[in-house]
Amino acid sequence: MTKIGLEIHCQLTKLASKLFCSCRAEYRNLEPNSNICPVCAGLPGSLPLLNKKAVEKATMISLALGCTIPEKIGFFRKNYFYPDLPKNFQITQYNAYGPTSIGSDGKIEIEGKTIRIRRIQLEEDPGRLVYEGTSEKTMITLVDYNRAGTPLVEIVTEPDFETPKQVRVFLNVLADLVENIGVSDPYLEGAMRVDGNISEGDGNRVEIKNVGSFRDIEKALHFEITRQQSLVERGITVLAETRHWDDARRITVSSRSKEEEQDYRYLPEADIPIVLIGQNSIEQIKTQMPESIIARKERYVKKYGLPAQVADVLSSDKFYSDLFDKAHNEKNVKEVSNIITTDLMGFADTREKKLELKITPKHISDLADYIMASKLTRNSGKTALQEMVKTGKSLSDVMSSLDLGHVSDAGSIEKIIDEVFKEEEKAVAEAKQNPDTINYLVGKVMKKTKGKADPATTLDILRKKLST
Amino acid sequence: MNLGISAVEFVAQAKDGAISVEEFVAKTLDRIKKVDEKIHAFITVDTQNALDKAKEIDKKIKSKDKVSSCFGMPISIKDNICTAGIKTTCASKMLEDFVAPYDATVTSRLKSEDAIIIGKANLDEFAMGSTTEFSYFGPTRNPWNPEYVPGGSSGGSGASVAALECLASLGSDTGGSVRSPASFCSVVGLKPTYGLISRYGLVSYANSIEQVGPIAKTVEDVAFLLNIVSGYDPHDNTTVHTGQVDYVKDLKSGIQGKKIGIISQMVGDGIDKEVASATNTAISKLQNLGAECIPISLDAVEHSVAAYYTIAAAEASSNLARYDNLRYGFDFNTEGYEFKAFVSKARSNFGPEVTRRMLLGAFVLSAGYYGKYYLKAQKVRTMIKAQLDGAFKKVDYLVSPTMPILPFKIGEKIDDPLKLYLTDINTVTANLSGIPAISVPFSMSSSGLPIGIQLFANSFKEKELLQAAHALQETTHLPEITL
Repeated sequence: MTKIGLEIHCQLTKLASKLFCSCRAEYRNLEPNSNICPVCAGLPGSLPLLNKKAVEKATMISLALGCTIPEKIGFFRKNYFYPDLPKNFQITQYNAYGPTSIGSDGKIEIEGKTIRIRRIQLEEDPGRLVYEGTSEKTMITLVDYNRAGTPLVEIVTEPDFETPKQVRVFLNVLADLVENIGVSDPYLEGAMRVDGNISEGDGNRVEIKNVGSFRDIEKALHFEITRQQSLVERGITVLAETRHWDDARRITVSSRSKEEEQDYRYLPEADIPIVLIGQNSIEQIKTQMPESIIARKERYVKKYGLPAQVADVLSSDKFYSDLFDKAHNEKNVKEVSNIITTDLMGFADTREKKLELKITPKHISDLADYIMASKLTRNSGKTALQEMVKTGKSLSDVMSSLDLGHVSDAGSIEKIIDEVFKEEEKAVAEAKQNPDTINYLVGKVMKKTKGKADPATTLDILRKKLST
Repeated sequence: MNLGISAVEFVAQAKDGAISVEEFVAKTLDRIKKVDEKIHAFITVDTQNALDKAKEIDKKIKSKDKVSSCFGMPISIKDNICTAGIKTTCASKMLEDFVAPYDATVTSRLKSEDAIIIGKANLDEFAMGSTTEFSYFGPTRNPWNPEYVPGGSSGGSGASVAALECLASLGSDTGGSVRSPASFCSVVGLKPTYGLISRYGLVSYANSIEQVGPIAKTVEDVAFLLNIVSGYDPHDNTTVHTGQVDYVKDLKSGIQGKKIGIISQMVGDGIDKEVASATNTAISKLQNLGAECIPISLDAVEHSVAAYYTIAAAEASSNLARYDNLRYGFDFNTEGYEFKAFVSKARSNFGPEVTRRMLLGAFVLSAGYYGKYYLKAQKVRTMIKAQLDGAFKKVDYLVSPTMPILPFKIGEKIDDPLKLYLTDINTVTANLSGIPAISVPFSMSSSGLPIGIQLFANSFKEKELLQAAHALQETTHLPEITL
């Protein structure tokens, strides 16, 4: 049996400042070494100042993953020399001398399977190393400390996964979860990083590091399972080691560095006094937490009667569910959910497109109301929506600029049908024999009205005329 | 003009216009020029800036503009406390050219009170030592006899005050580093409660136990400085809100009716005879002032030096890891070095005592030894704190000699670390427990070397501690320095 465990590093990208100083937590796209101060650059005499907001956010993640939160949390120094570490130690949390990390012993259900969370800890991200050329051959390594001190939550699971697919599903759920809580944008480059560990049967555990993205962890795990299984088949022992994912060759490679032998000489961080969390503040944090994805789905199904699948799609995405919650009322709830899950999500099939949508709840509610009042066909509605998300203009502006008003009075439609009957004698004759071909004529009417004719009225009149 | 006046007297005279600040500062600079060749209390002297600042203050006094409480008082600052624009070397080659881009909180508080930072005082490298012999720039000498050590690690601070090269100084005390030079140089030195003074800008050596501490000629001067540098600092999470406390007010309240515990473990065997007899004299003087003195046994003290060196070394190994010469440091060509080789080559430039403590610290923290050493040391710490809590239920103060021995000759113990470490036996207790302790100059040995008496009080009882120290100092008549 394959056993897979994960170690996920998730940056708290939604915080304004770093974990121990007031530099910006958002370090991307800045001039190298411009987002630093004496504290995050580790200058002599500087002291870390704990960002209380980071503790709150990490508490939220721990609660969302069903973890136990201790009464007191503390920080430790993990000592090792590396050029991306300004102090040559990382301030992190450590549970070997009693649980002092922000969360432990949690669990989450993934497709009916329970994944246990061993611990969650709050720590600082190191700086970034930039190699000139490829990392193996370069003579020059540049260091950018802009990222140093960015708040990071490390989530460690028990080895409860059996397949890479379960891992992928879990990671998607986790990404949705941290996004929903509003602590992180997991899709920002480097915001969520995953290391895996994997063993076959009673075999040795192999760590996999250096995996760039969620997609790659699945590939790396697949490769590693195949590698280990073929070793086992040939009677070769799998070595306990750390392997790096080679992005270019799509394989895992034994890492020469002896990371397992590293002794981190953990030491309590005395510059940060023990933080009392206490039941009261946990209760208060709970009240500040947004509705969980699971609770939201339940609400959509129970309160609004949305089909489970629609509720699922809608609830797991914070952007769309916020839009839904703000746009709907008692009457238009079905129409609003339809517009979002079929039309809107269709326009934004990638994340980039989603971010570009210039959509407001009012756009959606107006659209739903118009369609329900038969002022707009669903077809025209889709055209209007496409224009609204592109321009951000109001529905009435879009309707007049694209001439999308609804033609529903029987008189106007009848006139147009008469025109079509003249032009399409052959089709009319055929339709009289075979009523199934009527749609061709409907299409012609729609074409003449640019889709504005009410389909039901059109069909009614057509049938009447064909039967005389 | 008398450079031997107290800091508080200086302020009074400067305020009245009885002395010119510029003249006083210029004379102090002359004095440094004259005596520091022998004493070597300073690593850096900021001559021009001191004179400019003094002129500025004189001008303000004359035109009746607002001048803040220090009135241009020349102060030296231990060279492990950051001063923007002036080098902060920690007496190490590793920071030979390091200029901090910011002021320590204590530095900026002094500056905003119109103190003049006249220079940076010598110390044992990164404050590791008790004699100031382990400075990369050479040892500081005792102003009472230059053949002798001034104590340490704030030896430059103690010597600069004793040698009248400044009116006061800030040192740092990790295991006695303010009190040891205060005792050996015959000045007053206070190690405040952990959390009373900001450590922001104090270069960390053992961050769970150290504090910045004022050194001056009188207890009143120390109280005056404490008013300025103490109190909560948003830049240091370990500082405590104490509210507005005026340490100078009621300083002369005396100790009538107070109870003082004599720490048995610090006055028994192994201490110098003259130190022992001075301590007895001090106790009877305290009794004459109306205090009741009773013996108190703190047996955990016997393990204090071992616990102190375990904890301090562990923290030092981590705190000093950042000195890899990548971001700042001394001139060193990186060409041809791979990272690890570069770091170990650069770090081979630490001095012997720092190297010793970093290695010891790395060892006690390594896998499998943490419980055996570090955790055990923490237990001793808890035990000491518990015994002190018990003691302070019975008494208001504790008393001991500051140092168990007289100042000794430079070089005498430098090759015997263990012997040196044992001289900290009376001082480390305050650091391990966090309580305040003060060294008061009390007498001179037959050979003309200073002896200091140490008083302890419970956490955040600095006001009471200073009252007792002041009362004790009032009983003394010590010679003026003849240097």
